[in-house]
Amino acid sequence: MQQLAETTTAGQDTLLDIQNLTLSLRDQSGWVEVLNNVSLSVKPKEILGVVGESGCGKSMTALSVLRLLPPRDSRLGGKIMFGGQNLVSCSESQMNGIRGRHISMIFQEPMSALDPVFTVGYQIEETLRRHFKLDRREAAERAVAALDSVGIASPRRVATLYPMNLSGGMRQRVMIAMALVCEPRLLIADEPTTALDVTIQAQIMDLLLGLADRTGTAIMFITHNLGLVAQSCHRMVTMYAGQVVEGGPVKDVIAGPRHPYTAGLLHSIPDSNRARGTLPSIAGRVPSLRHMPKGCRFGPRCSYSMQPCELPQNIENEGVADIDRREVRCNRWEELELRGVGA
Amino acid sequence: MSVGAPSEETALDVNDLHVSFGNPRRGSLIRAVDGVSFSVRKGEIFGVIGESGSGKSTLGRCLVGLLSPSGGGVLHDGVDPFRFSRRELNRHRRKYQIVSQDPNAAFDPRMTILQSICEPLNIAGEGTRAERREKAFAMLDRVSLSAEMANRYPHEISGGQKQRANIARALMLDPNVIVCDEVVAALDVSIQADMLNLFARLQEQFGLTYVFISHDLRVVSHISDRVAVMYFGKIVEFGPAHAVIETPLHPYTEALRSAEPEINPAAAEARQRIILQGEIPSAIAPPSGCRFHTRCPRVRDICRTQEPQQRQLLPGRHVACHFAEEMLGDREKSGLGHAGGNGADHAASATNALT
Repeated sequence: MQQLAETTTAGQDTLLDIQNLTLSLRDQSGWVEVLNNVSLSVKPKEILGVVGESGCGKSMTALSVLRLLPPRDSRLGGKIMFGGQNLVSCSESQMNGIRGRHISMIFQEPMSALDPVFTVGYQIEETLRRHFKLDRREAAERAVAALDSVGIASPRRVATLYPMNLSGGMRQRVMIAMALVCEPRLLIADEPTTALDVTIQAQIMDLLLGLADRTGTAIMFITHNLGLVAQSCHRMVTMYAGQVVEGGPVKDVIAGPRHPYTAGLLHSIPDSNRARGTLPSIAGRVPSLRHMPKGCRFGPRCSYSMQPCELPQNIENEGVADIDRREVRCNRWEELELRGVGA
Repeated sequence: MSVGAPSEETALDVNDLHVSFGNPRRGSLIRAVDGVSFSVRKGEIFGVIGESGSGKSTLGRCLVGLLSPSGGGVLHDGVDPFRFSRRELNRHRRKYQIVSQDPNAAFDPRMTILQSICEPLNIAGEGTRAERREKAFAMLDRVSLSAEMANRYPHEISGGQKQRANIARALMLDPNVIVCDEVVAALDVSIQADMLNLFARLQEQFGLTYVFISHDLRVVSHISDRVAVMYFGKIVEFGPAHAVIETPLHPYTEALRSAEPEINPAAAEARQRIILQGEIPSAIAPPSGCRFHTRCPRVRDICRTQEPQQRQLLPGRHVACHFAEEMLGDREKSGLGHAGGNGADHAASATNALT
């Protein structure tokens, strides 16, 4: 932990720096590219939103960072820099020292992430004992404290319960307790509230942001819900068909999107403040991984598509100050006048 | 959203409906729907909002006759379907269709889309084989699915396409009423927008009546004429969609509205965030008095003992909360905050927003 802290703060002020990440997966019919040149970074204590529809590669990016993909059927390229190490080339035992300790993850469906045959208290202790020299008693005490910190009313009792005894919201609280118990520097939250009711979602988001703020944990927040991103993130990136298509500070992107896909996503959400009527939607569907369009991957669905779009699109950066940097993967972004929300 | 103004005739009359499960003698009685009354006009889109465990899906299933009420009743166009024999009920039910959330579970993986869509007609024994096929293709066209989809199997098409096929199938028997239970919940936002547009268009073309059940406030308020908000088996508030969403008169509706993440930064700042504590209580042991009192930010002593009665506060707006009048007063005083107009026509717009 100490070592890591020094190298990152001394080196550069990014905590996680993904550079040109490519990922291919193998199924019965051979290799297929799932991620193409994904670059994104998370700064210490920052909350980065990653948005996109199903199949855009946002969860695959998360799984790549933690190297949770089947080693034989996946191939990673590019760099994932974290604490001075390139996670792409780390050994499995090095990864075990990082997972849960320096980077942890919360999944959408807590029931599949928790082990049904162990009590939740035991599962939190296990994480602690894996990374710190603690005896069972100390670990149990800290597990109870962790459950207490996520707003569970009787933590001592809940620690003795099995996942099946808990409601969806409670399970997600347990997952958060487990993910943050080692005070990791980065938390990857993959659709953490999608399976929950809105009132519970509000509780969980409030809790998550509060705890992250207290422990100084940065969050890579993966969601399809632009409202949650608007409400909780500092910066955001939009992904489409395995690529990052737009990135920048949340407020700027929402007020003035530069990629037609981001704009489409923003406008397809029903908004009670807007006149009712036909909702703008994005025609067509996400291209299949095996049949990616040659040029702009969004081209076939884009209402602004024209000749230059048949060429591959590169990410263009803009803005000198790093914090306000915006990037967009659209050759025509300067000509397009896309409408944002609330601008 | 419906284009033609809904007529005064009612398509569904729900009167003090109760649906319970379990055994009262073993103390495991669950009152999933507990005394719900409302009516849906012909050609109307009626929204039902609620969280999981609120009883909204049970209500939906009962509306189309898939579950029998344990008290009160439902009238379909003035007729009580639960007095029919099994056979009559099956006949009658053709006109009352339900489309459910998960399109993957709704199709037999071994049947092509065309076979699945023709099935309702096969069961009803209507028309010749060629006529059924012809009708199926017409319906596919209506839901904007190309004819080549007809011979595919469910695993060969996307979730959005499956949900369209699901709707096409529900339309095959020319229903009067379609209950849509979380039909867009499993879809991505861009597909969801397409589906909502499709529902609106079909409503216009066929003069359908929808009951649109969802947990998503935005979706329901976008598509519905009127909405009912359910909590723990009861309707806590109902009225015109826009008014209920913009100026809620029940603390639960208010909390739901506030929990909905806001995209527009200006609107987010203007809004007061209410984060409800706790979760929906156990269904077997409902709280005394007002069922929302365990989580209500405005709870007072009376709420713990006495159940609030549903009453009409403004034309068409019904609320079940002891302090609804007080909330209404506050809203009127504050000029309806963000929902109202600006300056001069404040009072006029205030009244408009409330009804």
